[in-house]
Amino acid sequence: MRQFIIRRFFYSIITLLIISITIFSLVRIAGGDPARLYSEPGAREEDLARMRAQWGLDKSYPEQYFSFISNIFKGDIGQSFQFNRPVRELYFQRFTASLQLSAGALIFAVIVGIPLGILSAVKLNTWWDSLGKIVALFGLAIPNFWLGLMLLIVFGLYLSVLPVAGKGGFTHLILPCIALGWYYAASFMRLTRSSMLEVLGSEYIKLARLKGMPDYVVIGKHAFKNALIPVVTWAGIYLVLLLNTAVVIEVIFAWPGIGSLLYSGIFQRDFPLVQGAVIVMGVLIVAANFVVDITYAYIDPRIRLTR
Amino acid sequence: MVLASGPAPELSVPAPMSATRSLLMARLRTIREMPLLAVFVLTILAIMAIFANVISPHDPTLPVEGVEPAFFAPPMWAEGGSATAILGTDFQGRDVFSRLVHGSRVSIIVGLVGTLVAAAIGTAMGVLSGYLGRWIDTVIMRITDAWLALPALIFAIFLATLLGPSMWNIVIIIGAIFWTRYARVIRGEVLSLREREFVKLAEVAGASKFRVMIRHIVPNVMNTTIVLASLTIGVVIIAEASLSFLGVGVPPPAPAWGSMLAEARPTLLTGRWWLTVFPGLAIMLVVLATQLMGDWLRVKLDPQLRNL
Repeated sequence: MRQFIIRRFFYSIITLLIISITIFSLVRIAGGDPARLYSEPGAREEDLARMRAQWGLDKSYPEQYFSFISNIFKGDIGQSFQFNRPVRELYFQRFTASLQLSAGALIFAVIVGIPLGILSAVKLNTWWDSLGKIVALFGLAIPNFWLGLMLLIVFGLYLSVLPVAGKGGFTHLILPCIALGWYYAASFMRLTRSSMLEVLGSEYIKLARLKGMPDYVVIGKHAFKNALIPVVTWAGIYLVLLLNTAVVIEVIFAWPGIGSLLYSGIFQRDFPLVQGAVIVMGVLIVAANFVVDITYAYIDPRIRLTR
Repeated sequence: MVLASGPAPELSVPAPMSATRSLLMARLRTIREMPLLAVFVLTILAIMAIFANVISPHDPTLPVEGVEPAFFAPPMWAEGGSATAILGTDFQGRDVFSRLVHGSRVSIIVGLVGTLVAAAIGTAMGVLSGYLGRWIDTVIMRITDAWLALPALIFAIFLATLLGPSMWNIVIIIGAIFWTRYARVIRGEVLSLREREFVKLAEVAGASKFRVMIRHIVPNVMNTTIVLASLTIGVVIIAEASLSFLGVGVPPPAPAWGSMLAEARPTLLTGRWWLTVFPGLAIMLVVLATQLMGDWLRVKLDPQLRNL
């Protein structure tokens, strides 16, 4: 087990290293000259050179990369051009709002997805199963931003029962959470269904049935608990993903989270902001994957042996 | 084939078919089994995209003349709508229907070409990694893992910010992001193909590594690539729409479904529902159709991927 953890940890570090190299080189290749971008057109060449020197852009690429990395280790992921403040500060300022939204969306996804997944696995090939399949299909096919816009039109405009924008009480969370959680509800449904089917086909469930246990005990106590393991571990990854990828939904609902921060970064072509946010995101996701891998290996010893 | 002989059997045995005829029948059966809705939607989409200039009644980038009111005219069946603009007009008085028809081009081009680029890069990487093994495998797979860790949409936004808005940039971005999914799956497939007799025989017969890969490995992973591609087209179309919605996709005034939704957003709460409903419906129907088609292909071509 310890060896497994060490190996996984090593892989995570390599993954992070590659992500940092990717981001660093993409910015250098495609980003253009920041000095030119953030100065008036027709600025003097000396001024541009001074700006470059100030940002350390006159050094060689390996040197630049090294300082980029050592800054990350010091917790400095750059300075936003637009707000003129550290990206880290901006990112974590928005963190609570994003966490609220993503937790809400996750709860919605769990409430809708897991029961539906269980029902469609238990009542295989009935209309429950068909309903599940339809949800799974539409979960992929409806773009979340369109769902958000439609919810706004129906509940905000025509029924006018729910607030349409901004952060506030509980009611402010309902629409964005549904729009954001919809796709994940479908994911949870598929995940629960296949995991449940796998468990229901196993020997110990057959034994439980043979012993004459009532159906609800077999399903509720024996099958459900084990089927939930992959679902719960995935929920962790989903939370991290939701936290960072809600850009479009946050824009639509004017939610002051990380997504709308990224959006303002895009609009102002604020590379350090976008780059910094992507880096923090990468670290969080790799960390979440690492934790999930370890949890899985802890639960299921067979995984430790495979590479 | 056993031919009926002797006295006529009670059950009528179908006359032996000619080879072309049976092939035709097989083709027909394949077509009959296709998901009808998906075929229908995709055919309409293809016709819309190819004959966009003929089908659309107005220029998609210019205001329609002779519509009252010129801006925000509702669809023809709603109160105050006119038959000149069947699905109404937008904030610049442009015909929504014509824009939808032209917008299908963007979705189809980005969806198909983007997927193709991703599939080509991913399959090549997967084959190289799986067949050559050693350090090449390690390098490619580590990069794949790292790129898979970044969420697709955020990675796309990051790249789009760097490259600037244009349709072909979106195609490049899609290719750069989605290849990793192919590489993973194809590599796994190649690892088992590599051990099969026909590959070993080709190697013993003195075929070069390059030749083995091109002639023996690639044709055998094609089915998987096609299935994966058909399943990613929908994701790619939504990714394009999201980027266009955020303003880093296809630049205005060119019509794209995502940017139509973005343009509708400022006036969303003033009751101009047709500006939001139609482009979204178009996206949803197309993605639904590609998804159904992909599911069908998966069952048809690759039994191993059925539970994917």
